[in-house]
Amino acid sequence: MTAIILVVAAFLLLLPFVYESRNLLILLTQVFVFSIFAMSYDLLLGFTGIVSFGHAMFFGIGAYSMGIFMKRFEPTLTVFLLAVLTTIVLTGFVSFLVGLLTLRLKSHFYAMLTLSLSGLFLVLAEKWRTMTYGNDGFTFRVPELFIDRTNFYLLCLVVMVAVFLILKRFTNSPLGRVLQAIRENEQRTESLGFQVLHYKIAASVMSGVLAGIAGILYAISLRFVNTSVFAMDITLDALLMTIIGGVGTLIGAIIGAGLIEFAHHWLTELAKEHWIFERWIIFFGIIYILVVMFFPRGIVGTLSTLSWKRKQQPAVKKEEKIAG
Amino acid sequence: MSSLIETTDLSITFGGHTAVDAVSISVPEKHFKSIIGPNGAGKTTFFNLLSGQLTPTQGKIYYRGKDITKFSPTNRTRAGIGRSFQITNVFPNLTVLENVRLAVQSQAGIRYQMLFHYKKYRTFEEKALEWLRLVLLDDKKGSLASNLAHGEKRKLEIAMLLALETEVLLLDEPTAGMSLEEVPAILEVIKRIKEQGNRTIILIEHKMDMILDLSDSVMVLFNGRLLADGTPEEIMKNETVQSAYLGGLLDE
Repeated sequence: MTAIILVVAAFLLLLPFVYESRNLLILLTQVFVFSIFAMSYDLLLGFTGIVSFGHAMFFGIGAYSMGIFMKRFEPTLTVFLLAVLTTIVLTGFVSFLVGLLTLRLKSHFYAMLTLSLSGLFLVLAEKWRTMTYGNDGFTFRVPELFIDRTNFYLLCLVVMVAVFLILKRFTNSPLGRVLQAIRENEQRTESLGFQVLHYKIAASVMSGVLAGIAGILYAISLRFVNTSVFAMDITLDALLMTIIGGVGTLIGAIIGAGLIEFAHHWLTELAKEHWIFERWIIFFGIIYILVVMFFPRGIVGTLSTLSWKRKQQPAVKKEEKIAG
Repeated sequence: MSSLIETTDLSITFGGHTAVDAVSISVPEKHFKSIIGPNGAGKTTFFNLLSGQLTPTQGKIYYRGKDITKFSPTNRTRAGIGRSFQITNVFPNLTVLENVRLAVQSQAGIRYQMLFHYKKYRTFEEKALEWLRLVLLDDKKGSLASNLAHGEKRKLEIAMLLALETEVLLLDEPTAGMSLEEVPAILEVIKRIKEQGNRTIILIEHKMDMILDLSDSVMVLFNGRLLADGTPEEIMKNETVQSAYLGGLLDE
């Protein structure tokens, strides 16, 4: 498994030097950005068992922070770093507050709350015209370093790998193991002597900040930002990616992001052939239903159960013999 | 007599129904106390009060002379009161070893470490294995908890509880819903714990004939009230107890 990941990573790293297709690079950059976003969502959904419908708010905060900083000040690296810092502080603060609310609100109540909170941010972005230029959004210039698509592609790749490694370590740390215990049985975790709320806040902040970083990269890749970054669609994309890829696996989020982005791309291209493909969202809906019905554990989850079963089978058979 | 756990006039009322009615007990250290009583007598509710799942409407709970009535379940566990549940309550999609490892981790006070890999704490796994061995479950360490048989799950529960190394063990019907063949194994585990001699155990049990020889004292709850509290022999002889609860049992 690790070998495959390394080979793919090396391949992606070398790709821009051997194959010069601007379109593919841009598409892959998009995949990386959404991988980061989907992984941050997976930390909540797959590891801690928190269902949030408002994850787009962190994404949007990141995108708007970057956009506004780049528009208001000179597009230099210093300003870029300042924007990153602002994003981390803002998303950290908001996700801390949201995490606090998990104390009182469980499952779907929490989901509704996050939905309405992100709606609030959407309205804010629409109405605060002096800052955000409302619904139309605005374009901005980016630091020189990122104008080159290859550079930016590499940056996104590196950030994605870093986020993957950080989250891998995070979820395998003693704290991360407690998160999974919370997902399994919150009450029992409590009676083992863990302060469940602290862990939920930790997961929420971690996930929020990483989603903000994904938002930053998204804004830079488009050099444009409008209110769509706060839209429900963004959260739904993350949900779709993690579920198709396999919740609680991290790598599943990356695979899911790749699949969705590529499928999106190809389906829109097919629109020339038949008008139905312009409504590609219909297909996503169908895929989504099929996955939830037949592969509730997603691609990675299903694959790993299969290989696990193969390993276990001889042992199970032996037991059956004894029982028989 | 120095008591480890003491309750005074402990009561809880749900609407108009008083589930636990002015129960005052005191349990000395290293004591094995059993709670018996018919269904609905308030045994589990009494446990919930002790472990903090419920807050009493009246009365106080003292642990080592300290008032813990307002403590949350988490804080009570940290203070030294661990409990098992009547309904099996484990982490279903984690392995058996991981279930116990989490408890060991909590006991070791490693709660917010997020930089190192959990395998760095190898001792946790070794300790968890020891606990599994004590409850005769070490051969199942790799399977998911949800794949265990009912009796095994109960053993796992007990292992998790033991791993917390709390002074007090509250065992809520450890043999509930178990087939008769499985019961001796659990009793064996409880006996082993008792033989270690460093825990205070409070046990709820229906099958009272099994626990009489284990218990130092037995208390009888009936309709939320403390009917009697004494050595197993005293309880067997006690007439009120016999008529209220044991009557049917002795006729057999």
